Amino acid sequence: MKKTYGIEVDCANCANLMEEAAGRTEGVKSAIVNFMTQKMIVEFAEGSDEKAVMKEVLRNCKKVEEDCEIYL
Amino acid sequence: MNKKQKKMLVRIVVAALLLAAAKLLRTGGWAETALYAASYITIGYDILHKALRGIINRQVFDENFLMAVATVGAIALAVYEKTYDFAEAVSVMLFYQIGELFQSYAVGKSRRNISALMDIRPDYANMEKDGSLEQVDPEQVPTGSVIVVQPGEKVPIDGEVIEGTSSLDTAALTGESQPRDVEQGDEIISGCINLTGVLKVRTTKPFGESTVSRILELMENSSSHKSRSENFISKFARVYTPAVCFSALALAVLPPVISLIMGAPALWEVWIYRALTFLVISCPCALVISIPLSFFAGLGGASREGVLIKGSNYLEALSRTGIVVFDKTGTLTRGVFEVSEIHHSIIPEEKLIELAALAECASSHPISKSLQRAYGREIDRDRVTDIQEISGNGVIARVDGAEVAAGNGRLMDRLGIEYLECHSPGTIIHIAIDGKYAGHVVISDVEKPTSKAAIAELRRIGVKKTVMLTGDIGRVAEQMAKKLGIDQYHSDLLPADKVAEVEKLLKETGGREKLAFVGDGINDAPVLSRADIGIAMGAMGSDAAIEAADVVLMDDDPMKIAKAIKISRKCIGIVWQNIVFALAIKALCLILGALGIANMWAAIFADVGVMVLAVLNAMRALYVHRL
Repeated sequence: MKKTYGIEVDCANCANLMEEAAGRTEGVKSAIVNFMTQKMIVEFAEGSDEKAVMKEVLRNCKKVEEDCEIYL
Repeated sequence: MNKKQKKMLVRIVVAALLLAAAKLLRTGGWAETALYAASYITIGYDILHKALRGIINRQVFDENFLMAVATVGAIALAVYEKTYDFAEAVSVMLFYQIGELFQSYAVGKSRRNISALMDIRPDYANMEKDGSLEQVDPEQVPTGSVIVVQPGEKVPIDGEVIEGTSSLDTAALTGESQPRDVEQGDEIISGCINLTGVLKVRTTKPFGESTVSRILELMENSSSHKSRSENFISKFARVYTPAVCFSALALAVLPPVISLIMGAPALWEVWIYRALTFLVISCPCALVISIPLSFFAGLGGASREGVLIKGSNYLEALSRTGIVVFDKTGTLTRGVFEVSEIHHSIIPEEKLIELAALAECASSHPISKSLQRAYGREIDRDRVTDIQEISGNGVIARVDGAEVAAGNGRLMDRLGIEYLECHSPGTIIHIAIDGKYAGHVVISDVEKPTSKAAIAELRRIGVKKTVMLTGDIGRVAEQMAKKLGIDQYHSDLLPADKVAEVEKLLKETGGREKLAFVGDGINDAPVLSRADIGIAMGAMGSDAAIEAADVVLMDDDPMKIAKAIKISRKCIGIVWQNIVFALAIKALCLILGALGIANMWAAIFADVGVMVLAVLNAMRALYVHRL
């Protein structure tokens, strides 16, 4: 299950940090952050609750980059 | 400017005014210190906050941490030395923020510019309802429904024209500026812009599977394939910042300690100041920003020219192409068999074609089809009787009362008719009338008009070897290779043999050189994925090709291969310019800083300046039309 979310992040390095943080989150199989198109593509692990996982992804991303935003 | 940037601008102005006041009024004492403090906090509170959070979240070494340590250190030094001149610390923070603002603005603007260029997403589709047009979301349009595309609008969904004629601007998809004429019955693909007439289109695919959606998906996913240079930069940034921090610490501690041991004065202030300068220089921003931006601009520029590259790693590989392997049919040739020559005809040539076409009228073989196409008129089957098809040889039939035999040399041998050999490449159809040789027709696949120029162009830009693979017979392959100037050819290949040939050639590519395989996406998916770079051409509408290839050429012009390589080289060139330039300036500043020649002012100017230039340079990757 793959889903694309709009994001807002200011710098490319922060985008890399977000990608790492999102990828580490439980329930996420892989995460790609495209800084240029301001999109995050998340592939969920099987049987995970997307909404709950994305909440956690957002929390983890905020930890590494306070200013970022994910439009859920 | 967005809200965040406007807020930052206000902070910069306020902080700059406070700083100027402190510097010009020279009130001295607590009032001056208070002005400096107000200025510093206005401009730097978020940096300090982020640095603190970073430490709490164990993400210590980022640029916020560097700036916080450098400026707080400078303030502490001013207090310790009792100069109470905080102008330097405040200015460094101020310039850092100005640089950040510029970067965020410039990157945001470039990002929007490039995205706008690539924006082929249609916003709506017109559906007819009770005689009036209604705008609906393209995703809501079921397959097989009829939509109306007015002049000036984008075609939202792939489909077939059922009414109207018009010309289409395909530039956003193919980079081809020549408009394409369409009429009833033609397939049209989404993303084109309708120029002149109103078209009624029956959709053949849902929006999600239309060309536009596939292309957009491809572009959005392209950042998952990161190039080696990008990976290098993100790894570099991870090592670089801590390394600089520890060298700064060493610079602050080691020289004074050594001096003390040697019995000289320690000069702690001097070395600590130098160490702080070191920290200011160390932000890797210029690299971290400009490298992805260059690739993004390169991919954007390429897609503008009708070359879709699936990731920056392929862009990188493409720039090092050493061998280009072509599939013949459909790639270098049109893939359509045509009557190309007629020899030794004892009757008017049209008459010969007519007889051959009539004799072959019952066959659905591609060769018969091309004869019928060359004849060009309706075939009157009543004129043909006693059709006798001899498998692997040809046909004997009675046309207008005369016995016509049309087939290969074996058929002539079988009938005991002497025939003339032909030296032209292609399939030869000998024709005999009433047992008498009447001449032959050559049917061949013709090359594309730009094939020869494309091969020459590849050679000119430094591709070492061009190879053609084909399932066709040796003589045809040889002739074609000679005609187009191709170095090497392998004929009589089955699809599996092509993979084996490519594997053999892959062994020839030494180290950095890459092998590109160009095919039309039909039957060659295994080879496309085996090659270092799989290039599919003529992909407008072909899903299989878009899936299998790494690079997709939107039209079927072989000249685009050289263009794609040139675009990739320009982009990679810019990436390396930025890497070398940024690192060289940083290294220079670090050395000058360590020696005490460059102060903190110089450091911050170098940092911001390099970043600005690198960002501007990165944008050049977008302009590839004239390559």
